[in-house]
Amino acid sequence: MSIELDRDGDYITLSMGPHHPATHGVLRLVVTTDGEVVTACKPDIGYLHRSIEKIGEQLEWVQFVPYTDRVDYVCSMNSNHAWVLSAESLLASTPETRLAIPERAEYIRVLFAELNRISSHLVAVGAAAMDIGAFTPFLHAIAQREVINDIFEKTCGARLTYNYMAVGGVVRDMHPGAEDEIRSCLKVLEKAMVDFNRLITSNSIFKGRLGGVAPVDGATALSFGLVGPNLRGSGVDFDLRRDLPYGVYDRFDFEVPTGAAHAGSKGILGDCYDRFVVRLLEILESIKICRQALDQMPPSAGKEDDPVGGWWMQKAANKSLRKPPVGEVYFRTENPRGETGYHIVSDGTKMPYRVKIRTGSFTALSLLETMAPGLMIADLVAVIGSLDIVLPEVDR
Amino acid sequence: MSPVPARNPNQGKALSLEEILKIVQERHPEADIASAPNGARWIQVKSSALPEIAKFLKADPRLCFEQLCCLTGVDLQRLPGAGPTDDLCCVYDLHSITLRHSLRIKVRTPRSAPEIPSVESVWGVANFFEREIFDLLGVSFPGHHDLRRLLMPPDWVGYPLRKDYVYPATYGGVELKREGQQFETGPYT
Repeated sequence: MSIELDRDGDYITLSMGPHHPATHGVLRLVVTTDGEVVTACKPDIGYLHRSIEKIGEQLEWVQFVPYTDRVDYVCSMNSNHAWVLSAESLLASTPETRLAIPERAEYIRVLFAELNRISSHLVAVGAAAMDIGAFTPFLHAIAQREVINDIFEKTCGARLTYNYMAVGGVVRDMHPGAEDEIRSCLKVLEKAMVDFNRLITSNSIFKGRLGGVAPVDGATALSFGLVGPNLRGSGVDFDLRRDLPYGVYDRFDFEVPTGAAHAGSKGILGDCYDRFVVRLLEILESIKICRQALDQMPPSAGKEDDPVGGWWMQKAANKSLRKPPVGEVYFRTENPRGETGYHIVSDGTKMPYRVKIRTGSFTALSLLETMAPGLMIADLVAVIGSLDIVLPEVDR
Repeated sequence: MSPVPARNPNQGKALSLEEILKIVQERHPEADIASAPNGARWIQVKSSALPEIAKFLKADPRLCFEQLCCLTGVDLQRLPGAGPTDDLCCVYDLHSITLRHSLRIKVRTPRSAPEIPSVESVWGVANFFEREIFDLLGVSFPGHHDLRRLLMPPDWVGYPLRKDYVYPATYGGVELKREGQQFETGPYT
Protein backbone atom coordinates (compact mmCIF):
# COMPACT_ATOMS: atom_id res chain seq x y z
CA MET A 1 0.00 0.00 0.00
CA SER A 2 1.47 3.35 -0.91
CA ILE A 3 0.16 6.67 0.18
CA GLU A 4 1.25 9.94 -1.33
CA LEU A 5 2.85 12.10 1.30
CA ASP A 6 1.98 15.72 1.78
CA ARG A 7 5.44 17.18 2.07
CA ASP A 8 4.14 20.53 3.29
CA GLY A 9 2.37 18.97 6.23
CA ASP A 10 3.47 19.12 9.84
CA TYR A 11 5.49 16.24 11.13
CA ILE A 12 5.05 14.79 14.58
CA THR A 13 7.66 12.63 16.27
CA LEU A 14 6.01 9.89 18.23
CA SER A 15 7.72 7.58 20.68
CA MET A 16 6.11 4.16 20.48
CA GLY A 17 7.26 2.20 23.48
CA PRO A 18 9.22 0.94 25.33
CA HIS A 19 6.00 -0.02 27.08
CA HIS A 20 3.74 -0.32 24.11
CA PRO A 21 1.64 -3.47 24.26
CA ALA A 22 2.00 -4.14 20.55
CA THR A 23 5.78 -4.19 20.56
CA HIS A 24 6.02 -7.65 22.16
CA GLY A 25 8.37 -6.49 24.88
CA VAL A 26 10.52 -3.47 25.47
CA LEU A 27 10.99 -2.09 21.99
CA ARG A 28 10.94 1.64 21.42
CA LEU A 29 10.19 3.02 17.98
CA VAL A 30 10.89 6.65 17.29
CA VAL A 31 8.31 7.31 14.60
CA THR A 32 8.00 10.50 12.57
CA THR A 33 4.51 10.86 11.23
CA ASP A 34 2.67 13.02 8.77
CA GLY A 35 -0.88 12.68 9.99
CA GLU A 36 -1.35 8.94 10.29
CA VAL A 37 1.35 8.06 7.81
CA VAL A 38 4.81 7.05 9.01
CA THR A 39 7.59 8.96 7.28
CA ALA A 40 10.52 7.60 9.28
CA CYS A 41 10.96 4.95 11.93
CA LYS A 42 14.06 4.35 14.04
CA PRO A 43 14.01 1.29 16.29
CA ASP A 44 15.66 1.93 19.64
CA ILE A 45 16.67 -1.30 21.33
CA GLY A 46 18.81 -2.37 24.26
CA TYR A 47 16.24 -2.16 27.07
CA LEU A 48 16.59 -5.89 27.62
CA HIS A 49 20.32 -6.12 27.00
CA ARG A 50 21.66 -8.63 29.53
CA SER A 51 25.06 -8.95 27.86
CA ILE A 52 24.63 -12.67 27.30
CA GLU A 53 27.51 -12.63 24.82
CA LYS A 54 29.86 -11.23 27.47
CA ILE A 55 28.55 -13.70 30.06
CA GLY A 56 29.36 -16.47 27.58
CA GLU A 57 33.02 -15.50 27.69
CA GLN A 58 33.09 -15.92 31.47
CA LEU A 59 31.34 -19.25 31.88
CA GLU A 60 32.26 -22.78 30.96
CA TRP A 61 30.60 -24.27 27.89
CA VAL A 62 28.21 -26.43 29.87
CA GLN A 63 27.29 -23.65 32.28
CA PHE A 64 26.11 -21.50 29.40
CA VAL A 65 23.21 -23.79 28.44
CA PRO A 66 20.69 -22.16 30.85
CA TYR A 67 21.58 -18.77 29.41
CA THR A 68 20.60 -19.93 25.94
CA ASP A 69 17.10 -20.48 27.36
CA ARG A 70 16.96 -16.77 28.09
CA VAL A 71 18.10 -15.76 24.62
CA ASP A 72 14.65 -16.63 23.33
CA TYR A 73 12.29 -17.79 26.03
CA VAL A 74 9.43 -18.51 23.63
CA CYS A 75 11.42 -21.37 22.11
CA SER A 76 14.05 -22.36 24.68
CA MET A 77 14.37 -25.89 23.33
CA ASN A 78 15.48 -24.61 19.96
CA SER A 79 17.99 -22.23 21.56
CA ASN A 80 19.38 -25.09 23.65
CA HIS A 81 19.57 -27.21 20.53
CA ALA A 82 21.54 -24.56 18.65
CA TRP A 83 24.10 -24.20 21.45
CA VAL A 84 24.70 -27.91 22.04
CA LEU A 85 25.02 -28.53 18.30
CA SER A 86 27.59 -25.74 18.05
CA ALA A 87 29.59 -27.20 20.93
CA GLU A 88 29.38 -30.68 19.46
CA SER A 89 30.45 -29.51 16.03
CA LEU A 90 33.55 -27.91 17.57
CA LEU A 91 34.32 -31.09 19.50
CA ALA A 92 33.87 -33.16 16.33
CA SER A 93 36.92 -31.53 14.75
CA THR A 94 39.36 -33.83 16.57
CA PRO A 95 38.89 -37.59 17.00
CA GLU A 96 39.81 -37.50 20.72
CA THR A 97 37.04 -35.09 21.61
CA ARG A 98 34.38 -36.30 19.19
CA LEU A 99 31.16 -37.37 20.89
CA ALA A 100 28.88 -40.13 19.67
CA ILE A 101 25.39 -38.82 20.36
CA PRO A 102 22.95 -41.64 21.19
CA GLU A 103 20.35 -41.99 18.50
CA ARG A 104 17.42 -41.81 20.87
CA ALA A 105 18.73 -38.50 22.18
CA GLU A 106 18.90 -37.13 18.63
CA TYR A 107 15.28 -38.06 18.06
CA ILE A 108 14.15 -36.60 21.37
CA ARG A 109 15.91 -33.37 20.47
CA VAL A 110 14.17 -33.11 17.13
CA LEU A 111 10.83 -34.08 18.64
CA PHE A 112 11.05 -31.47 21.39
CA ALA A 113 12.44 -28.82 19.07
CA GLU A 114 9.46 -29.33 16.77
CA LEU A 115 6.98 -29.29 19.65
CA ASN A 116 8.53 -26.06 20.82
CA ARG A 117 8.34 -24.70 17.28
CA ILE A 118 4.62 -25.42 17.28
CA SER A 119 4.09 -23.68 20.61
CA SER A 120 6.21 -20.72 19.50
CA HIS A 121 4.28 -20.36 16.24
CA LEU A 122 1.03 -20.56 18.18
CA VAL A 123 2.13 -17.57 20.23
CA ALA A 124 3.25 -15.79 17.05
CA VAL A 125 0.00 -16.22 15.11
CA GLY A 126 -2.11 -15.57 18.18
CA ALA A 127 -0.23 -12.38 19.00
CA ALA A 128 -0.25 -11.23 15.39
CA ALA A 129 -4.04 -11.45 15.39
CA MET A 130 -4.30 -9.85 18.83
CA ASP A 131 -2.17 -6.91 17.76
CA ILE A 132 -4.78 -5.85 15.25
CA GLY A 133 -7.68 -6.41 17.56
CA ALA A 134 -8.72 -10.06 17.33
CA PHE A 135 -8.39 -11.28 20.89
CA THR A 136 -10.16 -14.65 20.81
CA PRO A 137 -7.71 -16.51 18.52
CA PHE A 138 -4.91 -15.70 20.95
CA LEU A 139 -6.71 -17.53 23.75
CA HIS A 140 -7.34 -20.52 21.47
CA ALA A 141 -3.64 -20.62 20.59
CA ILE A 142 -2.50 -20.28 24.19
CA ALA A 143 -4.82 -23.11 25.25
CA GLN A 144 -3.04 -25.44 22.83
CA ARG A 145 0.36 -24.21 23.95
CA GLU A 146 -0.50 -25.16 27.53
CA VAL A 147 -0.77 -28.82 26.53
CA ILE A 148 2.72 -28.76 25.04
CA ASN A 149 4.04 -26.95 28.11
CA ASP A 150 2.55 -29.68 30.30
CA ILE A 151 4.45 -32.35 28.37
CA PHE A 152 7.69 -30.39 28.71
CA GLU A 153 7.06 -29.86 32.40
CA LYS A 154 6.61 -33.57 33.03
CA THR A 155 9.86 -34.38 31.28
CA CYS A 156 12.18 -31.61 32.37
CA GLY A 157 10.45 -29.83 35.20
CA ALA A 158 10.12 -26.39 33.64
CA ARG A 159 7.45 -24.73 31.58
CA LEU A 160 9.41 -21.94 29.94
CA THR A 161 13.17 -22.19 30.38
CA TYR A 162 13.88 -25.86 29.99
CA ASN A 163 17.66 -26.35 30.16
CA TYR A 164 16.92 -29.81 28.80
CA MET A 165 19.45 -30.45 26.08
CA ALA A 166 23.01 -31.13 27.09
CA VAL A 167 26.24 -31.41 25.17
CA GLY A 168 26.34 -35.14 24.41
CA GLY A 169 22.62 -35.84 24.53
CA VAL A 170 19.68 -34.74 26.60
CA VAL A 171 19.57 -34.43 30.37
CA ARG A 172 17.17 -37.32 30.93
CA ASP A 173 14.86 -39.58 28.99
CA MET A 174 11.26 -38.59 28.31
CA HIS A 175 8.86 -39.33 31.15
CA PRO A 176 7.00 -42.67 30.97
CA GLY A 177 3.97 -42.41 28.74
CA ALA A 178 5.24 -39.34 26.96
CA GLU A 179 4.90 -40.87 23.51
CA ASP A 180 1.18 -41.48 23.90
CA GLU A 181 0.66 -38.05 25.39
CA ILE A 182 2.44 -36.40 22.48
CA ARG A 183 0.46 -38.42 19.94
CA SER A 184 -2.85 -37.44 21.46
CA CYS A 185 -1.67 -33.84 21.82
CA LEU A 186 -0.86 -33.74 18.09
CA LYS A 187 -4.26 -35.15 17.26
CA VAL A 188 -6.03 -32.49 19.32
CA LEU A 189 -3.76 -29.84 17.83
CA GLU A 190 -4.68 -30.80 14.28
CA LYS A 191 -8.35 -30.35 15.08
CA ALA A 192 -7.66 -27.11 16.89
CA MET A 193 -5.85 -25.74 13.84
CA VAL A 194 -8.97 -26.32 11.75
CA ASP A 195 -10.98 -24.35 14.30
CA PHE A 196 -8.33 -21.65 14.40
CA ASN A 197 -8.41 -21.28 10.62
CA ARG A 198 -12.20 -21.04 10.60
CA LEU A 199 -12.03 -18.46 13.35
CA ILE A 200 -9.42 -16.12 11.93
CA THR A 201 -7.33 -17.26 8.97
CA SER A 202 -10.16 -17.58 6.48
CA ASN A 203 -12.01 -14.59 7.92
CA SER A 204 -12.46 -12.11 5.08
CA ILE A 205 -12.10 -9.08 7.39
CA PHE A 206 -8.78 -10.40 8.61
CA LYS A 207 -7.63 -11.16 5.08
CA GLY A 208 -8.59 -7.68 4.00
CA ARG A 209 -6.77 -6.19 6.97
CA LEU A 210 -3.45 -7.95 6.41
CA GLY A 211 -3.54 -8.70 2.66
CA GLY A 212 -1.27 -6.40 0.68
CA VAL A 213 0.16 -4.70 3.78
CA ALA A 214 3.94 -4.15 3.75
CA PRO A 215 5.01 -6.65 1.11
CA VAL A 216 8.70 -7.60 1.07
CA ASP A 217 10.06 -9.02 -2.16
CA GLY A 218 12.50 -11.92 -2.14
CA ALA A 219 15.62 -9.92 -3.04
CA THR A 220 14.99 -7.35 -0.29
CA ALA A 221 14.26 -10.11 2.19
CA LEU A 222 17.58 -11.77 1.39
CA SER A 223 19.58 -8.56 1.47
CA PHE A 224 18.08 -7.45 4.76
CA GLY A 225 18.69 -10.80 6.37
CA LEU A 226 15.13 -11.96 6.89
CA VAL A 227 15.26 -15.61 7.85
CA GLY A 228 12.93 -18.46 8.61
CA PRO A 229 9.17 -17.97 8.14
CA ASN A 230 9.65 -14.28 7.25
CA LEU A 231 11.96 -15.18 4.37
CA ARG A 232 9.70 -17.99 3.20
CA GLY A 233 6.74 -15.63 3.41
CA SER A 234 8.51 -13.58 0.73
CA GLY A 235 8.54 -16.61 -1.53
CA VAL A 236 12.14 -17.74 -1.01
CA ASP A 237 12.15 -21.50 -0.71
CA PHE A 238 14.87 -22.04 1.87
CA ASP A 239 14.78 -24.01 5.07
CA LEU A 240 17.94 -25.03 6.91
CA ARG A 241 16.27 -28.21 8.15
CA ARG A 242 15.89 -29.38 4.56
CA ASP A 243 18.76 -27.62 2.75
CA LEU A 244 21.56 -27.91 5.32
CA PRO A 245 20.18 -30.62 7.60
CA TYR A 246 21.60 -31.01 11.08
CA GLY A 247 20.87 -33.64 13.71
CA VAL A 248 18.61 -36.28 12.19
CA TYR A 249 16.50 -33.87 10.14
CA ASP A 250 17.57 -35.55 6.91
CA ARG A 251 15.48 -38.60 7.85
CA PHE A 252 12.12 -36.84 7.76
CA ASP A 253 9.77 -36.12 4.93
CA PHE A 254 8.20 -32.67 5.10
CA GLU A 255 7.22 -29.75 2.89
CA VAL A 256 8.58 -26.22 3.13
CA PRO A 257 5.61 -23.82 2.87
CA THR A 258 6.22 -20.49 1.15
CA GLY A 259 4.19 -17.35 0.62
CA ALA A 260 2.13 -17.06 -2.54
CA ALA A 261 -0.20 -14.08 -2.09
CA HIS A 262 -2.46 -16.27 0.03
CA ALA A 263 -4.85 -13.39 0.76
CA GLY A 264 -6.42 -13.74 -2.68
CA SER A 265 -7.23 -10.76 -4.90
CA LYS A 266 -5.90 -8.21 -2.38
CA GLY A 267 -2.78 -10.18 -1.58
CA ILE A 268 0.75 -9.41 -2.73
CA LEU A 269 3.60 -11.89 -2.43
CA GLY A 270 5.41 -11.33 0.86
CA ASP A 271 2.72 -9.31 2.64
CA CYS A 272 1.78 -9.64 6.30
CA TYR A 273 -0.87 -12.25 5.55
CA ASP A 274 1.68 -14.47 3.75
CA ARG A 275 3.98 -14.43 6.76
CA PHE A 276 1.01 -15.30 8.98
CA VAL A 277 -0.09 -18.19 6.78
CA VAL A 278 3.43 -19.61 6.41
CA ARG A 279 3.59 -20.01 10.20
CA LEU A 280 0.25 -21.81 10.28
CA LEU A 281 1.35 -24.17 7.51
CA GLU A 282 4.62 -24.78 9.32
CA ILE A 283 2.72 -25.93 12.38
CA LEU A 284 1.15 -28.66 10.24
CA GLU A 285 4.57 -29.65 8.87
CA SER A 286 5.98 -29.80 12.39
CA ILE A 287 3.16 -32.12 13.40
CA LYS A 288 4.23 -34.39 10.53
CA ILE A 289 7.86 -34.34 11.68
CA CYS A 290 6.85 -35.10 15.27
CA ARG A 291 4.85 -38.15 14.15
CA GLN A 292 7.74 -39.44 12.05
CA ALA A 293 10.17 -38.88 14.92
CA LEU A 294 7.92 -40.85 17.26
CA ASP A 295 7.67 -43.68 14.70
CA GLN A 296 11.40 -43.88 14.03
CA MET A 297 12.63 -43.33 17.58
CA PRO A 298 14.57 -46.28 19.03
CA PRO A 299 12.90 -47.54 22.21
CA SER A 300 14.14 -46.65 25.62
CA ALA A 301 16.29 -49.53 26.85
CA GLY A 302 15.75 -48.84 30.52
CA LYS A 303 17.66 -46.80 33.03
CA GLU A 304 20.82 -48.91 33.15
CA ASP A 305 21.74 -48.33 29.54
CA ASP A 306 20.96 -44.65 29.77
CA PRO A 307 19.94 -44.42 26.12
CA VAL A 308 19.87 -40.65 25.87
CA GLY A 309 23.40 -39.74 26.82
CA GLY A 310 22.63 -38.93 30.41
CA TRP A 311 25.32 -38.57 33.06
CA TRP A 312 28.08 -40.69 31.49
CA MET A 313 27.90 -38.88 28.18
CA GLN A 314 27.81 -35.53 29.88
CA LYS A 315 30.79 -36.53 31.98
CA ALA A 316 32.71 -37.24 28.79
CA ALA A 317 31.46 -33.99 27.26
CA ASN A 318 32.49 -31.99 30.30
CA LYS A 319 35.93 -33.56 30.19
CA SER A 320 36.35 -32.70 26.51
CA LEU A 321 35.03 -29.20 27.04
CA ARG A 322 37.63 -28.53 29.72
CA LYS A 323 40.16 -28.66 26.91
CA PRO A 324 38.27 -28.15 23.64
CA PRO A 325 39.99 -27.86 20.25
CA VAL A 326 41.30 -24.43 19.35
CA GLY A 327 39.40 -22.83 16.52
CA GLU A 328 36.06 -21.44 15.60
CA VAL A 329 32.67 -22.64 14.53
CA TYR A 330 29.52 -21.06 13.17
CA PHE A 331 26.60 -23.43 13.35
CA ARG A 332 23.28 -22.49 11.77
CA THR A 333 19.99 -23.93 12.97
CA GLU A 334 16.41 -23.26 11.98
CA ASN A 335 14.56 -21.75 14.91
CA PRO A 336 10.91 -20.68 14.88
CA ARG A 337 12.13 -17.14 14.31
CA GLY A 338 14.55 -18.17 11.62
CA GLU A 339 18.23 -18.85 11.52
CA THR A 340 19.87 -18.92 14.92
CA GLY A 341 23.59 -19.34 14.82
CA TYR A 342 26.26 -19.34 17.46
CA HIS A 343 29.61 -18.11 16.21
CA ILE A 344 32.02 -19.40 18.83
CA VAL A 345 35.74 -18.80 18.94
CA SER A 346 37.59 -21.22 21.19
CA ASP A 347 41.10 -20.60 22.51
CA GLY A 348 41.47 -24.10 23.96
CA THR A 349 40.60 -23.11 27.52
CA LYS A 350 37.53 -24.17 29.42
CA MET A 351 35.69 -20.98 28.55
CA PRO A 352 34.82 -19.80 25.03
CA TYR A 353 36.90 -16.87 23.82
CA ARG A 354 34.03 -15.19 22.00
CA VAL A 355 30.36 -16.06 21.69
CA LYS A 356 28.31 -14.30 19.05
CA ILE A 357 24.61 -15.06 18.90
CA ARG A 358 22.93 -14.40 15.60
CA THR A 359 19.16 -14.37 15.92
CA GLY A 360 16.27 -13.99 13.53
CA SER A 361 14.47 -11.17 15.32
CA PHE A 362 17.55 -8.95 15.41
CA THR A 363 17.88 -8.88 11.65
CA ALA A 364 14.10 -8.70 11.10
CA LEU A 365 14.07 -5.53 13.16
CA SER A 366 16.79 -3.96 11.04
CA LEU A 367 14.42 -4.13 8.08
CA LEU A 368 11.78 -2.06 9.87
CA GLU A 369 13.68 1.17 9.29
CA THR A 370 13.51 0.63 5.52
CA MET A 371 10.06 -0.85 5.44
CA ALA A 372 8.14 1.59 7.62
CA PRO A 373 8.07 4.85 5.57
CA GLY A 374 4.69 5.06 3.84
CA LEU A 375 2.85 2.74 6.21
CA MET A 376 -0.03 3.81 8.44
CA ILE A 377 0.70 3.72 12.17
CA ALA A 378 -1.86 0.96 12.63
CA ASP A 379 -0.13 -1.07 9.91
CA LEU A 380 3.21 -0.65 11.65
CA VAL A 381 1.74 -2.58 14.56
CA ALA A 382 0.53 -5.29 12.16
CA VAL A 383 4.00 -5.49 10.58
CA ILE A 384 5.71 -5.98 13.95
CA GLY A 385 3.21 -8.71 14.76
CA SER A 386 3.72 -10.43 11.43
CA LEU A 387 7.52 -10.35 11.71
CA ASP A 388 7.20 -12.14 15.08
CA ILE A 389 9.82 -10.16 16.91
CA VAL A 390 10.78 -11.37 20.37
CA LEU A 391 12.76 -8.75 22.22
CA PRO A 392 15.08 -10.83 24.43
CA GLU A 393 16.37 -12.33 21.21
CA VAL A 394 17.01 -8.87 19.76
CA ASP A 395 18.89 -7.49 22.76
CA ARG A 396 20.44 -10.70 24.12
CA MET B 1 21.23 -1.41 -20.39
CA SER B 2 23.12 -4.15 -18.70
CA PRO B 3 23.03 -7.39 -20.63
CA VAL B 4 21.91 -10.54 -18.93
CA PRO B 5 25.10 -12.38 -17.94
CA ALA B 6 25.81 -15.39 -20.11
CA ARG B 7 25.15 -18.70 -18.43
CA ASN B 8 28.36 -19.99 -17.00
CA PRO B 9 29.02 -23.73 -17.11
CA ASN B 10 29.77 -23.45 -13.40
CA GLN B 11 26.43 -21.90 -12.59
CA GLY B 12 24.24 -23.95 -10.35
CA LYS B 13 27.23 -25.70 -8.88
CA ALA B 14 28.46 -25.29 -5.33
CA LEU B 15 32.11 -24.25 -5.31
CA SER B 16 34.82 -25.28 -2.90
CA LEU B 17 36.80 -22.70 -0.98
CA GLU B 18 39.76 -23.08 -3.35
CA GLU B 19 37.56 -22.44 -6.38
CA ILE B 20 36.05 -19.38 -4.75
CA LEU B 21 39.52 -18.12 -3.87
CA LYS B 22 40.62 -18.51 -7.50
CA ILE B 23 37.72 -16.35 -8.65
CA VAL B 24 38.42 -13.72 -5.98
CA GLN B 25 42.13 -13.71 -6.84
CA GLU B 26 41.36 -12.78 -10.44
CA ARG B 27 40.85 -9.28 -9.13
CA HIS B 28 42.51 -9.30 -5.73
CA PRO B 29 45.58 -11.48 -5.90
CA GLU B 30 46.55 -10.68 -2.29
CA ALA B 31 43.48 -12.49 -0.86
CA ASP B 32 44.44 -15.84 0.61
CA ILE B 33 43.11 -18.79 2.57
CA ALA B 34 43.87 -18.99 6.27
CA SER B 35 42.81 -21.66 8.71
CA ALA B 36 42.24 -22.35 12.40
CA PRO B 37 43.59 -25.47 14.19
CA ASN B 38 40.11 -27.05 14.23
CA GLY B 39 39.96 -27.06 10.46
CA ALA B 40 37.83 -23.94 10.00
CA ARG B 41 39.03 -22.10 6.90
CA TRP B 42 38.36 -18.65 5.56
CA ILE B 43 39.58 -16.07 3.06
CA GLN B 44 41.56 -13.22 4.58
CA VAL B 45 41.13 -9.90 2.80
CA LYS B 46 42.45 -6.40 3.33
CA SER B 47 40.02 -3.87 4.72
CA SER B 48 40.63 -1.44 1.83
CA ALA B 49 39.59 -4.12 -0.68
CA LEU B 50 36.46 -5.18 1.22
CA PRO B 51 33.76 -3.00 -0.44
CA GLU B 52 34.81 -4.08 -3.91
CA ILE B 53 35.09 -7.76 -2.94
CA ALA B 54 31.72 -7.64 -1.20
CA LYS B 55 29.99 -6.23 -4.26
CA PHE B 56 31.72 -8.78 -6.44
CA LEU B 57 30.82 -11.70 -4.16
CA LYS B 58 27.16 -10.79 -4.34
CA ALA B 59 26.94 -9.89 -8.03
CA ASP B 60 29.16 -12.50 -9.70
CA PRO B 61 26.93 -15.25 -11.14
CA ARG B 62 29.52 -17.87 -10.19
CA LEU B 63 29.39 -16.87 -6.52
CA CYS B 64 25.94 -15.31 -5.82
CA PHE B 65 26.37 -14.71 -2.09
CA GLU B 66 22.98 -13.11 -1.45
CA GLN B 67 22.95 -13.74 2.28
CA LEU B 68 25.16 -12.21 4.94
CA CYS B 69 24.33 -14.70 7.66
CA CYS B 70 26.43 -13.33 10.45
CA LEU B 71 28.87 -10.54 11.10
CA THR B 72 31.00 -11.04 14.18
CA GLY B 73 33.60 -8.81 15.72
CA VAL B 74 36.46 -10.48 17.57
CA ASP B 75 39.20 -8.93 19.66
CA LEU B 76 42.36 -10.89 18.80
CA GLN B 77 44.45 -9.53 21.66
CA ARG B 78 44.49 -12.67 23.80
CA LEU B 79 43.75 -15.27 21.16
CA PRO B 80 46.56 -17.82 20.82
CA GLY B 81 47.25 -18.60 17.19
CA ALA B 82 46.39 -15.12 16.02
CA GLY B 83 50.01 -14.19 16.69
CA PRO B 84 51.29 -11.45 18.94
CA THR B 85 48.80 -8.87 17.83
CA ASP B 86 46.25 -6.54 19.28
CA ASP B 87 44.19 -6.22 16.11
CA LEU B 88 40.43 -6.37 15.98
CA CYS B 89 38.82 -8.61 13.42
CA CYS B 90 35.48 -8.81 11.64
CA VAL B 91 34.16 -12.15 10.42
CA TYR B 92 31.63 -12.25 7.57
CA ASP B 93 29.70 -15.50 7.17
CA LEU B 94 28.15 -15.62 3.72
CA HIS B 95 25.81 -18.10 2.10
CA SER B 96 24.41 -18.52 -1.37
CA ILE B 97 20.92 -19.95 -1.55
CA THR B 98 20.95 -20.42 -5.33
CA LEU B 99 24.32 -22.19 -5.48
CA ARG B 100 24.30 -23.65 -1.95
CA HIS B 101 27.80 -22.81 -0.90
CA SER B 102 29.13 -20.85 2.05
CA LEU B 103 32.12 -18.67 2.63
CA ARG B 104 33.74 -16.98 5.58
CA ILE B 105 35.85 -13.91 5.04
CA LYS B 106 37.86 -12.07 7.65
CA VAL B 107 39.14 -8.55 7.81
CA ARG B 108 41.65 -7.27 10.35
CA THR B 109 41.97 -3.73 11.52
CA PRO B 110 44.51 -2.13 13.89
CA ARG B 111 43.35 -1.43 17.43
CA SER B 112 44.69 2.10 17.41
CA ALA B 113 42.39 3.21 14.58
CA PRO B 114 39.87 0.42 13.95
CA GLU B 115 38.13 1.11 10.67
CA ILE B 116 36.51 -1.20 8.14
CA PRO B 117 34.46 0.07 5.19
CA SER B 118 30.74 -0.57 5.56
CA VAL B 119 29.06 -3.23 3.45
CA GLU B 120 25.61 -1.86 4.21
CA SER B 121 25.04 -0.91 0.57
CA VAL B 122 25.62 -4.52 -0.47
CA TRP B 123 23.78 -6.39 2.29
CA GLY B 124 21.19 -4.21 4.05
CA VAL B 125 21.37 -6.43 7.12
CA ALA B 126 24.85 -5.06 7.87
CA ASN B 127 23.14 -1.94 9.25
CA PHE B 128 22.41 -3.45 12.66
CA PHE B 129 25.36 -5.86 12.67
CA GLU B 130 27.82 -3.00 12.14
CA ARG B 131 26.16 -0.80 14.71
CA GLU B 132 26.41 -3.62 17.22
CA ILE B 133 30.13 -4.10 16.56
CA PHE B 134 30.68 -0.35 16.74
CA ASP B 135 28.89 -0.37 20.07
CA LEU B 136 30.56 -3.36 21.70
CA LEU B 137 34.02 -3.43 20.07
CA GLY B 138 34.54 0.11 18.87
CA VAL B 139 35.19 -0.61 15.21
CA SER B 140 34.03 2.24 13.03
CA PHE B 141 32.46 1.62 9.64
CA PRO B 142 32.88 4.53 7.21
CA GLY B 143 30.00 4.56 4.73
CA HIS B 144 27.39 3.50 7.29
CA HIS B 145 24.45 5.90 7.20
CA ASP B 146 23.71 6.04 10.90
CA LEU B 147 26.53 4.71 13.07
CA ARG B 148 25.40 5.04 16.69
CA ARG B 149 25.50 2.85 19.76
CA LEU B 150 22.84 0.16 19.49
CA LEU B 151 22.55 -1.78 22.75
CA MET B 152 24.47 0.27 25.32
CA PRO B 153 23.30 3.70 26.47
CA PRO B 154 24.49 6.53 24.19
CA ASP B 155 26.73 8.02 26.89
CA TRP B 156 28.48 4.76 27.78
CA VAL B 157 32.27 4.90 27.77
CA GLY B 158 34.38 2.01 26.53
CA TYR B 159 33.74 -1.08 24.45
CA PRO B 160 32.58 -4.02 26.60
CA LEU B 161 33.60 -6.89 24.36
CA ARG B 162 37.22 -5.80 24.10
CA LYS B 163 39.49 -8.04 26.12
CA ASP B 164 41.13 -5.13 27.96
CA TYR B 165 37.78 -3.62 28.96
CA VAL B 166 37.63 -2.31 32.50
CA TYR B 167 34.21 -2.32 34.13
CA PRO B 168 33.10 1.08 35.32
CA ALA B 169 32.63 1.30 39.10
CA THR B 170 29.68 3.65 38.77
CA TYR B 171 27.29 4.71 36.01
CA GLY B 172 25.01 7.71 36.30
CA GLY B 173 25.71 7.92 40.05
CA VAL B 174 24.78 4.27 40.62
CA GLU B 175 27.33 1.95 42.23
CA LEU B 176 27.96 -0.98 39.87
CA LYS B 177 30.42 -2.95 41.97
CA ARG B 178 28.82 -5.72 43.95
CA GLU B 179 29.89 -7.68 46.97
CA GLY B 180 32.03 -10.68 46.12
CA GLN B 181 32.72 -9.38 42.62
CA GLN B 182 35.71 -11.05 41.01
CA PHE B 183 36.54 -8.75 38.12
CA GLU B 184 38.30 -5.43 38.27
CA THR B 185 36.55 -2.13 38.00
CA GLY B 186 37.95 1.23 37.11
CA PRO B 187 36.77 4.77 37.43
CA TYR B 188 33.92 5.78 35.16
CA THR B 189 35.20 8.69 33.17
